[in-house]
Amino acid sequence: MAVVKIKRPDLRTGEKLYLGALFKGFLVTLKHAIDSLRGKTRGAKAMGSSGLGATMQFPEQRWDDSMPDYYRGAPALVTDEQDRERCVSCQLCEFICPPKAIRIVPGEIPSDDPWAKVEKRPKEFEIDMIRCIYCGMCEEVCPEQAIYLRKDYLISGSSREEMVHDKKKLYEIGGKRVGLVNKWNELK
Amino acid sequence: MSAEASTSEAKLPKDLAAEKGLVNVQIDGVWRQVPKGTRMIEACRMFGTIVPHYCYHPKLSSPGNCRMCLVQMGMPPRPAPGQDPTYDDDGFQPIGWMPRPIIACANTVAENMGIRTGGELVESVREGVMEFLLINHPLDCPICDQAGECRLQELSVGYGRGESRFVDMKVKKPKNVDIGPRIRLDDERCIMCSRCIRFMDEVAGDPVLGFTQRGTHTTLTVHPGRRLDSNYSLNTVDICPVGALTSNDFRFQMRVWFLKETPSIDVNCGTGTNITIWTRGETVYRITPRQNDEVNSCWMPDSHRLNFHYIDSEERLTEPLVKEDGRHREADWPDAIRRTVEGLRTGDPSELAIIASARMTNEELFLTKALTESLGTEHLTVVPRLGEPDGILISADRNPNTQGVKVVWRREDPGFRLGGIRDMVREGRIKRLLVLGEELTAEAGFTAEDLLKLDFLASSLLLAGPTAEASDVVLPGAAFAEKRGSMINVTGRLQRLNRAVEPHGRARDDWEILRDLIALVDDLPSTSPDYPHLIEDVFRDMAAAIPEFKGLNLSKIGDLGLPVTETDVTIPLLEDERARKAAGEIVG
Repeated sequence: MAVVKIKRPDLRTGEKLYLGALFKGFLVTLKHAIDSLRGKTRGAKAMGSSGLGATMQFPEQRWDDSMPDYYRGAPALVTDEQDRERCVSCQLCEFICPPKAIRIVPGEIPSDDPWAKVEKRPKEFEIDMIRCIYCGMCEEVCPEQAIYLRKDYLISGSSREEMVHDKKKLYEIGGKRVGLVNKWNELK
Repeated sequence: MSAEASTSEAKLPKDLAAEKGLVNVQIDGVWRQVPKGTRMIEACRMFGTIVPHYCYHPKLSSPGNCRMCLVQMGMPPRPAPGQDPTYDDDGFQPIGWMPRPIIACANTVAENMGIRTGGELVESVREGVMEFLLINHPLDCPICDQAGECRLQELSVGYGRGESRFVDMKVKKPKNVDIGPRIRLDDERCIMCSRCIRFMDEVAGDPVLGFTQRGTHTTLTVHPGRRLDSNYSLNTVDICPVGALTSNDFRFQMRVWFLKETPSIDVNCGTGTNITIWTRGETVYRITPRQNDEVNSCWMPDSHRLNFHYIDSEERLTEPLVKEDGRHREADWPDAIRRTVEGLRTGDPSELAIIASARMTNEELFLTKALTESLGTEHLTVVPRLGEPDGILISADRNPNTQGVKVVWRREDPGFRLGGIRDMVREGRIKRLLVLGEELTAEAGFTAEDLLKLDFLASSLLLAGPTAEASDVVLPGAAFAEKRGSMINVTGRLQRLNRAVEPHGRARDDWEILRDLIALVDDLPSTSPDYPHLIEDVFRDMAAAIPEFKGLNLSKIGDLGLPVTETDVTIPLLEDERARKAAGEIVG
């Protein structure tokens, strides 16, 4: 590839001294300082500021409402309209997961279960939230649309064990998701 | 110039090939020589072109019913009366391509034949075949155990059209059908290749499977009132190109893409079936047969295939144990070894016996013999284990390495002293016993009371039981999937075990236990050049001492083994297969 030489712009003496730019910067800071003292910080209202500046007073104030739709929070399992576990433990998420945060023990659905024809569901499903990097690959790879990155971001715990989300916790976060696939209905 | 003149001066390729029993075939534009009578699909395989197929299996007859292996074929045009054949500069006749494709699996090559495995015609018919196969195939891949090793998945990625044009309802068929004790059938997934039907008929000799109905409603079923319960039934799961037949044992245990494959051999009988051990982490998930045309062809019995769950069982011994005041406590290895040697050496060597196992590897047997010599006893035996041969693969000798004992110990009947040792234990003439890999209360014929008569009993075992219970020292050993080594099968073939998982807990490789015992008995420091650090060192010493192993090492054995001794034993399955190959029924 050809090398393109870029000429630096010729600066005038005033620009070379850079004191002018420095001074401009001070002025901008000063303007914001005065604005905040007058309670007129830009965006303060939208951010739910407590008064001084635009700082959000977490945890009393949350940014949950202004979170974008594409926000990637904690991965969780979802059920369908009929409260069926969508996950069939195909283990593709376990396979794709870059930090190996997911561990699944597959199991067979007993023949007396109303969803026996699905045949398979996870016996255990664990996501280690210390390992999870919120990349969303699990959601992308899931052939059953069973795992989603929800908007939960407050994942905390006082031990490593607590940071492992088990199946119960994952369904608790995930909840119900409707109107996606009709794969296991009567017409399949 | 006439054809006659050309043959007399310079021979044509067809005559040159015919002298060697070969024919010239043009495969994808390149002229090749292949043996006369080769199937077209095998001719292509010889030169690296895999023709996609489902129903064809070299060890089974070729009904040609999946139509996936369609290729274009051409032969020289038939000359008009009086016309001489024409030859090009290389001496080949021009090929007249047939307008319609033919199946490569059931047709054989001919002189001056042309085969096209690609091109517009072949690609479009393959796409058509794939589309028909997928019309009624369910979208079960996420729950299907075959996913990841499914021919239908692979070939639809390779040759399919990518999307379905089919708008009608799929045909419903029985799912999750219980057709046998170890097999589950899903008829919707079946693509009617009939491999399983042919296997049960031709190899297992128990033709219980068949098709009913016609057209898209064709359904695989078992004969009414029968079950797919042959001891070879799980081979149908291996050869099923889709997930129609799945193994109950492996069902939903683990997706195959997580599993690591380790080539090894089966240790349930003298045949020494070649196997692949499928593991993830330190768990064995399944065992499948591995092709070796000198041992087991492509098959193995279910009873042997499923006999691996004891590796992870509750009874598994994982810690060295020593008995103090009638109770076992966990010990560390040097302590356990020291107590074993002290116990064995207390008193007269003639009161000491070693009961080894023909389930041990050659290396372990070699070290056992060295230990016996160091301890100065003559009471050394293995436990014979005889059963009924099944006339297919299972040998009458249920020990995997009886032949190895004969070779390594130089004994014709390695188990004959067992009865004598047993009597001497009962009479109190043998007071100390070292047991290697045998549960004495099982085939060895001891009773729990017999073991109480001993002053000292040390055992190297896998599983807890009466022998371990009675032992003063228990040295936990490694299971077949956890060790390396070699064994000789009933036909005299030296084969290799490979380590698929690490020994559980603090259990150790048996040869290391024996090495430590010998080192303590002989006072051999680990700095000595004679001290074996690796199993390769043991094999080297063994190869120096035993003429059958001369010039060999573990790597030279290879995955398929080497014949080292002559026996008059043959494997019935292979005899049958060779007969069918000679009769032209199978490719072999």
